[in-house]
Amino acid sequence: MNVLTMPSISYSALAPILFLLLGGVVIMAIAALRRRALSPTTTTALTLTAGIGSLVASLIEWAHVSTSDATSTIAGALAVDGFSVTIAITVSCAVILATLFAHHYLERMSIASAEYHVLALTAASGAVVMGAANDLVVVFLGLELLSIALYVLVALNRKSRASEEAALKYFILGGFASAIFVFGIAFLYGATGSTNLQNIGNTLSASVAEKPGILLIGIALLLVGFCFKIAAVPFHLWTPDVYQGAPTPVTGFMAAVAKVGGFAAMIRVLLAGLPTARSSWEPVLTAIAMATLLGGALLMVVQKDAKRMLAYSSINHAGFLLLGIIASSAAGLSADLFYLFTYSVATLGTFGILTMVATAADDDSALARLKGLSTKHPVLAGALTVLILAQAGVPLTTGFIAKFGVIEAAIGSSAIPLSIVAMVSAAIATFAYLRFVLNLYAAPEGNLDALDVEGSTTSPTAVLGVAIAVGVTIVFGVVPSLLLGLTSTASTHLLP
Amino acid sequence: MHTFPYLSLLVIVPLVGAIAAALLAKTAPAAGRTIALAASGVELALVVAMIIQFKTIGAFQFTSQHAWASDLSIQWNVGVDGISLFLVAMTALVIPIVLLGAQVAERGAVFAAWLLLLEAAAVAAFVSLDLMLFFIAFEVTLVPSYFLIARYGHERRNYAAVKFFVMTFLGSAFLLVGILVLAFIHQGQTGQLTFALEELRHTTLSDGTGIWLSLAFLAAFAVKAPLFPFHTWSPTTYREAPAGGSMVLSAVLAKLGTYGILRFNLTLFPHASKTLAPLVLTLATIGILYGAIVASAQKDMKRLVAYSSLAQVGFIVLGTFAMSQQSLTGAVTMMVNHGIITAAFFMLIGWIGQRRGGWDTTMLRGLQRPAPVLAAVFTVVMLASIGLPGLNGFVGEFLVLLGTFATHRWWGVVATFGVLVAAIYLLWNYQQVFHGDADEENEKTPDLTIRERLVVAPLIVLIVVLGVYPKFMLDRIEPSVAKVVSSVVHSSPAPASHVIIPSSTRLGGDR
Repeated sequence: MNVLTMPSISYSALAPILFLLLGGVVIMAIAALRRRALSPTTTTALTLTAGIGSLVASLIEWAHVSTSDATSTIAGALAVDGFSVTIAITVSCAVILATLFAHHYLERMSIASAEYHVLALTAASGAVVMGAANDLVVVFLGLELLSIALYVLVALNRKSRASEEAALKYFILGGFASAIFVFGIAFLYGATGSTNLQNIGNTLSASVAEKPGILLIGIALLLVGFCFKIAAVPFHLWTPDVYQGAPTPVTGFMAAVAKVGGFAAMIRVLLAGLPTARSSWEPVLTAIAMATLLGGALLMVVQKDAKRMLAYSSINHAGFLLLGIIASSAAGLSADLFYLFTYSVATLGTFGILTMVATAADDDSALARLKGLSTKHPVLAGALTVLILAQAGVPLTTGFIAKFGVIEAAIGSSAIPLSIVAMVSAAIATFAYLRFVLNLYAAPEGNLDALDVEGSTTSPTAVLGVAIAVGVTIVFGVVPSLLLGLTSTASTHLLP
Repeated sequence: MHTFPYLSLLVIVPLVGAIAAALLAKTAPAAGRTIALAASGVELALVVAMIIQFKTIGAFQFTSQHAWASDLSIQWNVGVDGISLFLVAMTALVIPIVLLGAQVAERGAVFAAWLLLLEAAAVAAFVSLDLMLFFIAFEVTLVPSYFLIARYGHERRNYAAVKFFVMTFLGSAFLLVGILVLAFIHQGQTGQLTFALEELRHTTLSDGTGIWLSLAFLAAFAVKAPLFPFHTWSPTTYREAPAGGSMVLSAVLAKLGTYGILRFNLTLFPHASKTLAPLVLTLATIGILYGAIVASAQKDMKRLVAYSSLAQVGFIVLGTFAMSQQSLTGAVTMMVNHGIITAAFFMLIGWIGQRRGGWDTTMLRGLQRPAPVLAAVFTVVMLASIGLPGLNGFVGEFLVLLGTFATHRWWGVVATFGVLVAAIYLLWNYQQVFHGDADEENEKTPDLTIRERLVVAPLIVLIVVLGVYPKFMLDRIEPSVAKVVSSVVHSSPAPASHVIIPSSTRLGGDR
């Protein structure tokens, strides 16, 4: 009889995931055992504790990882390297910010807050798993953990038909994408005989693939799965509808965490597992990146709804992030990590402010509704301006450093036409961002009091969230070295 | 050499003023405005002190270097030479005048804060010797300009603000890619990633690469300047911006474009610039004639000045690409003088608009009788713009044409017609507005107040002084220009392949 030997497990490396997942489980257990519903304040506090715990655990792990070699744990299933820890830090920060913004919203909309928090923590743990996954099967595990929680989150506002419709659309298309992704794993396994990224990498670099056709099909299917998750053109069709239909704090959470998870896994699979096959995926990815950059920017210009516009903005950002992957260099990786962190903060802040000025029904996020925000709430309008301009890539905000980083990396890897397309798309996108900003300072239309529902604009947690988002955006924009030091160390610290 | 950090202070002082004014905007707007004014005054005093200490040599002075975003190889690397010195000075002069002369509606502390932020960014751009630092400052100027137009402008301000921002941003997109490509070619040759101008100018570029990079840089500067046919934003923007905004945009920001061409295109790509010269000279000449002809047809005085600026910028670019000592000296002189003249123009038009509710020539008539001082001041500014000898407009234009005749005769000949047409349309415009019999409305136009006279006085004094005694300025400009000219003259094409050339045999190196 075989004796089942347990693989060694580094619990310190798993701590961020455990904090998030256990946080979710604890909230679920308490909510299920108690007769009365948990108060929103309690659940928010518990989620924040889990998020901060995960952040602290990641930072401790960072101190440990940055001074030693990259390793893996649980029999090579999860990587313990600078990259995975940076992703964990990013996701933890996103969870904290998203929770701050969700608190007042959930209370106001009388949405069962325990459900939101449980699902958000589960999704976040999925994203952290994706950042560390060193095996395609584990990537899939993280992907599903993230996706399934998100499907439910999108449908959380059961009074809204848009929310239901968005969830169904996201679920069906997401399900297809997951199936395609699994299919890709199977093909890759067929071509290389392993699902472990190191083994795949070693097999491909040691010998020419025996079945190049199967390998290529596998890579193509994986790319489709990833491109769906990160909302790259032409796999972006779900994005505007889902972003618009989902409850606003969920949209913000999704825009940040799903993108971080998707990109983290994509980067690791392509750069750690398939670097030798770069010649096959790079041209395809370049074409996709160009389509994503221009598609996102051009479609952004014609949007009349704030959430739809930000959806296309996130597509445009995905294009920029692809530049970092295509560069396939330490510089590109570092730039992407910086981009992911700062983009998450800025986009969460943006959607966060939208939750603060939402209508009671929350199904009207028309841009025109924000007209005159500056007269009603000059500070909030100023904060939104900073965050939008950061997304446009204006210097002295993190957006500029992020865009600069990926462009620099792309040009360093001689992807000059792609860089020009990226910059042109940034200029087009700027048009849309500026129109957004103009709205805030335009003469008010209609009743400005509608912008504040039950004190939504003065909710202390949300105000704290705005302060953090704007602070991070400006501080790391003016003194980027603080964060760049971390991301550049992490970029040279990717297993293998 | 110099221990006093003039240049860093020149950026920090307006920045601090801007932040203070913005913070006080709600609670104590009057105090905010006073602080802003004080900051711009300190700035001007610093610049004057710097001019006094400035040595008449070609090299960069008052240089200072600090690490900033070292992970991205971006450095705080600043210095000033004869080319940038007077542009900085002009900026420092125009801002307090805008603050003092701006219309009542614009006298908020927020307006002052945006203006000071713009000053800080513009000065940083003029003095930066690091290409990325320049780029960042260049881009930062867009934000305050955008808000100055969109919040304080006239009827179609939103359209104008967005058009201005997006067109400039699009141009900058190519500049950023150009800077990065250049830096990486340089890294390939030396193994060091840097954006320092002094390092990058030693990059060996093949003919083709040089021309492409040169065009990428030109894209940004041609939009900003604006050079024909990239000028389409300027009439709208100058028309819709508030008087103070138009003053800063045309006097200071437009100079970032012409300065960029001179500083970066000529220094970094001397050989490619020689190759591109016929193209750019032609565009500049078309701009001179087109600007003059279209200006003649304008009934809106702000649009008239916008098109006249297009012609003037054409002269500056003509002088830059004629690449002789005189023409380049003329171009630099003209940048400064055009800044002073156009700021005065927009301020006077703003005052006319304030009195009469508009600045359309169809509604203005016979202002000379009710407002003789306004008419006199306008006459001086107009004559300076025409290029009357003895006023400052003449010096630069004359040097540009002189230098252009020497190296590129036929472009010079055609451009001279522009001078002629300018005289016609400006005099004609003056006649329409100030001569004739005023109707009842125009008859009631009040003359310049004491305060307005004091505000416009420094500009008028400079128009005369710089016209009569240009030597002080020319003496300081010439050595720096000589450096640029010699590097252009001695440039020769690099071998097509990127070989690493030992520094001793570097082509077009500094000497």
